[in-house]
Amino acid sequence: MTSITPKRVAEIETIARDIRIDIIKMLANAGTGHTAGPLGMADVFATLYFHSMKHDASKPEWNERDMLVLSNGHIAPVLYATMAHAGYFDRSVLDTLREFGSPLQGHPHREYLPGIETSSGPLGSGLSQAVGMALANRIDNGKTSGKFFFCLMGDGETNEGQIWEAAMLAGKEKLGNLICIVDRNNIQIDGHTEDVMPLEPYKDKWEAFGFHVIDINGHDIEEIADAVDQGRAVFEKPTLILAHTISSKGVSEWERIPEWHGKPPTPEQAEKAIAGLMDK
Amino acid sequence: MLNSKLNLNEDLFDPECKKTATRDGFGAGLVAAADADESVVGLCCDLTESTRMHHFAEKYPERFVEIGVAEQNLASVGSGMAAMGKIPFIASYAMFNPGRNWEQIRTTVAYNNVPVKIVGGHAGISVAQDGGTHQAVEDIAITRVIPRMQVIYPCDTHQAKLATEAIAQTNAPTYIRLAKQKTPEVTTEKTPFEIGRAQVMWEPTTKSLSLGIITAGPVTHAVLQAVRHFDEKGIGMRVLNMHTIKPIDKQAISDMARDCGRILTVEEHQRAGGLGSAVAETLTDICPVPMRIHGIDDVFGESGTADELLHKHGLDTEGIISQIENILKLKVCKF
Repeated sequence: MTSITPKRVAEIETIARDIRIDIIKMLANAGTGHTAGPLGMADVFATLYFHSMKHDASKPEWNERDMLVLSNGHIAPVLYATMAHAGYFDRSVLDTLREFGSPLQGHPHREYLPGIETSSGPLGSGLSQAVGMALANRIDNGKTSGKFFFCLMGDGETNEGQIWEAAMLAGKEKLGNLICIVDRNNIQIDGHTEDVMPLEPYKDKWEAFGFHVIDINGHDIEEIADAVDQGRAVFEKPTLILAHTISSKGVSEWERIPEWHGKPPTPEQAEKAIAGLMDK
Repeated sequence: MLNSKLNLNEDLFDPECKKTATRDGFGAGLVAAADADESVVGLCCDLTESTRMHHFAEKYPERFVEIGVAEQNLASVGSGMAAMGKIPFIASYAMFNPGRNWEQIRTTVAYNNVPVKIVGGHAGISVAQDGGTHQAVEDIAITRVIPRMQVIYPCDTHQAKLATEAIAQTNAPTYIRLAKQKTPEVTTEKTPFEIGRAQVMWEPTTKSLSLGIITAGPVTHAVLQAVRHFDEKGIGMRVLNMHTIKPIDKQAISDMARDCGRILTVEEHQRAGGLGSAVAETLTDICPVPMRIHGIDDVFGESGTADELLHKHGLDTEGIISQIENILKLKVCKF
């Protein structure tokens, strides 16, 4: 049974579209940054911040909040755009992405922006940090604490050995308060994941490490919300949501093309893409 | 003569002087720090007894995390726990922590600005028989170059205990360098310790002051023996124990340079990037007097006994005497 109403799903779909528009604007304005990942994860971020996560933009330090670690820090534009829409800061700040003195560092830095839980960017270390947070919370508040820890990772990122060191520990410690989401978009910088360094059988790997794994369509708001609900309900294992996404989702000419991983759109490309999104 | 204000070990020149490993002082210090502050947690990579974290793990099992042989994970799990208000001590051998997990320490600990305490055991060539693979002689260089990082290198077990308790009370990311082998107790339980405050352990008996020596770690004992040898011949020197390599005590270095006019640094670490480099960086800014850096000269370690290896690299009393004789030929520069 789903916890989200059709009306709310439609609202979040609109928010996700607006987040995509802001991502394209900020990247074109900055003239630098990553495009494919942020656009692909807009639905997941919109669902987390507008439905699934317990948080309060007016109180970023609220003790009861769920905490999110963005391990693949290069998709920061989607985090920033979502946080701005959620009210953490004014949307005009998005124009300063990657600029000198901006709170929106190229990769997130927790000391520059309230609401960022940890500084990230070098791939592979976020899951360890989320595991540490979950362990610390369990020491303080026990296994039944209602506080959850979210860790977002890219699929290419999981080439890193440290991910599997952390996965082993999460499985050993049966961290039921940990919900991971992998952006399974099948691309990384050098091409398709299965050509660069095959991940499959990917679900089996995570299960072997002790995770409860849920396959979802990462663009379906209801599936995202339901998977997080399931992750909260599974008590004896950490959860891993395998969010199958389309890179650069929302701009059909850029979708599934690895070259869009690490480059921003030109102003002309941005204008055309935004016009396309506005029609949706 | 030994600085009487520091309550140093009066038997330290006795061949039967009591020897204890700095890791033992850490083990006791961690329990004391944990007794005083319940936010102290311990994480270890399958070396719990060897790093002496087992005392803590036995007393506070609910605050101990066994990470397994995974040093990169060790650093970043520590970072996550620190972000939640814990004071994590993360322990392994120095070769792997901060050796293998340097980037995780740099980014998830220091850049993130969380108070993780990195415990590098079995540092230096004196880990001996295990051979060069396990002899971390670059660890001071790679930690002190990281912004915000404190670097502490205790000279004996008592200093290691006090240093451990002291670093638990600071919010700075910190590296503490420990040794495996038992080494002479230079200080006592009554010797004070303050992060960032170097200690003058020896002043000349005579009025002459020919050389200042700055050292850290267990080699301090050999330095004191060498200095006593010259003192008996009427050649006076001062010895400064720089237990905190970062933040370095600039005032103490400046005072020594002005008073002594020549400086020798001695460390069981590569000459490049260690204590000597830190002293040189300070001297060039404030008071550039002639100096020499004595340490391991751009080579790896090898198997042997600790005594054999320290002798080969001139880090025993005999070798340090020889270094002192060389630097005494340098012109004194007085400001």
